[in-house]
Amino acid sequence: MNNNSDHKYVIETHDLDIYYGTFKAVTDVNLQVERNAITAIIGPSGCGKSTLLRAFNRMNELYANSSIRGDVCFNGQDIYAREVDPVEVRYRVGMVFQKPNPFPKSIYENIAWTARIHGYKGKMDEIVESSLHQAALWDEVKDKLHQSGLSLSGGQQQRLCIARAISIQPEVILMDEPASALDPIATLKIEELMQELKKNYTIVIVTHNMQQAARASDYTAMMMLSRDGERSGTVIEFDETTRIFTNPKDKRTEDYVTGRFG
Amino acid sequence: MAELTLKKVETKAPAMNLRRKPRWGEMIIQGLLFFSGFFSILITLGIVYELGKEALLFFQMPGVDLLATVTTTEWKPHVNKFGIWPLLTSTMMTTFIAMLIAIPLGMSVAIYLSEYATPRVRSTLKPILEVLAGIPTIVYGYFALTFMTPILREIFGRDVVQIYNTGSAGLVMGILILPLISSMTEDALSAVPRSLREAAYGVGATKLEVAVQIVVPAALSGIAAAIIVGISRAIGETMIVAVAAGAGPNFTFSPFVGAETITGHIVRISGGDLSYDSIDYNSIFALGLFLFIITLTLNIISQAIVRRFREVYE
Repeated sequence: MNNNSDHKYVIETHDLDIYYGTFKAVTDVNLQVERNAITAIIGPSGCGKSTLLRAFNRMNELYANSSIRGDVCFNGQDIYAREVDPVEVRYRVGMVFQKPNPFPKSIYENIAWTARIHGYKGKMDEIVESSLHQAALWDEVKDKLHQSGLSLSGGQQQRLCIARAISIQPEVILMDEPASALDPIATLKIEELMQELKKNYTIVIVTHNMQQAARASDYTAMMMLSRDGERSGTVIEFDETTRIFTNPKDKRTEDYVTGRFG
Repeated sequence: MAELTLKKVETKAPAMNLRRKPRWGEMIIQGLLFFSGFFSILITLGIVYELGKEALLFFQMPGVDLLATVTTTEWKPHVNKFGIWPLLTSTMMTTFIAMLIAIPLGMSVAIYLSEYATPRVRSTLKPILEVLAGIPTIVYGYFALTFMTPILREIFGRDVVQIYNTGSAGLVMGILILPLISSMTEDALSAVPRSLREAAYGVGATKLEVAVQIVVPAALSGIAAAIIVGISRAIGETMIVAVAAGAGPNFTFSPFVGAETITGHIVRISGGDLSYDSIDYNSIFALGLFLFIITLTLNIISQAIVRRFREVYE
């Protein structure tokens, strides 16, 4: 589904620093995101996990004064290069947010609008149905496609947001704590869905929930505030998830994943 | 002795804590707030009563009837002809022209300020717009007469455009109402939660798509309110039309000729020497009542429209 699969990593960062004004929120991140895998970013609150995730599709630019140093490459191309359009980046690298945020339109329109703004024409019904199928939501909503997306339960809304994100077939889906506002059953559904989705998409997920990272991800990046008192977050360890949770190299990772702090 | 003290503590302490204490400050404030609310309702009722009473006197006068008033097109008090249409059409003309300017410009300004402008640009532009709203309307009146009218006469020809005309009054009224609409619309747009914008940006929408197709529909109820307040303001606006739109009722749909609006007529009649029981005096109350009914109807219609079409978020 993509024409750049000669690049081993979908997303790569090189010496990435992220600033809000003069405040350096994230320092010196070198990360490689494997294709068709789930990469989790874990770490304590306020260490810059979401900030890092948002840098992957230039969502951070919606906040005034945000800037980066270093680079973020998507299929080998620097997405912060002058000639790159952030709209195109977000088209290829979609996003699902912490709080479900369907548009205040019908379930059908949530997906159709998204497809339409990218010039999809023709069999809109099919795009809507297949997106909802892929997000494991079709059976629950097929009889009420023209009701407001906001009439659904929280977990259904979040799956609608996932359906919306995949309706335009991005290569990567960034998920910013997608289950933190949901109950355990809805959370489990999202996790099962992620396993299904990784066959076709690359997923990067930020999570507070270490069990979720351990259960659902293939790779894990451990973030923490750097110790030099700068209050800036960085990735202290990045490895296969099983290694991070069973045999971490860094003492701080071990303390964190065993629940000793954080 | 020890037992006695223990008993004392147990029985008295909780009872003391739970008893209702009079909070005088709270009661006074609550009373004052209630009185303020009550008082403003009372004033409104008083105004409606006075309008209705005097208007009723007008319709009871010989030679006047409601049906003729709302169906005929001649307003000539000295020959007992009270057809409201010439006044109504010029009010509609000036209002329509004003909204033709104020709605598109006001909406554009609001969308620019809320979705495109950097915080610095916004903090410079907003006060400037508010200055527009602070200019006395009499100044706008003379601006229409001495600036806008000559321009119109230059463009369309001196023999086409009269010195007093509803067109220039309407255009200038649009400028007057622009900041009102833009600031109310901007408030409505800013109230749309950031998460909704992020959702749209997150699927690769452009700024224009986010602004026009996501934020504006979500803010529709506030925007409709802004437009209705703007129209009501235009209908009730008096000084500009009194100065620039011309005197004397004129049943016409041409924006280039003078025609008196309802408010303009009220000003001219009430400025002259009028005895309290003359038919002219009573007629202006009937006109006032018409104005009141028009704006009230607009409000009701707009609320119904908004309930039908807005996209409810959260």
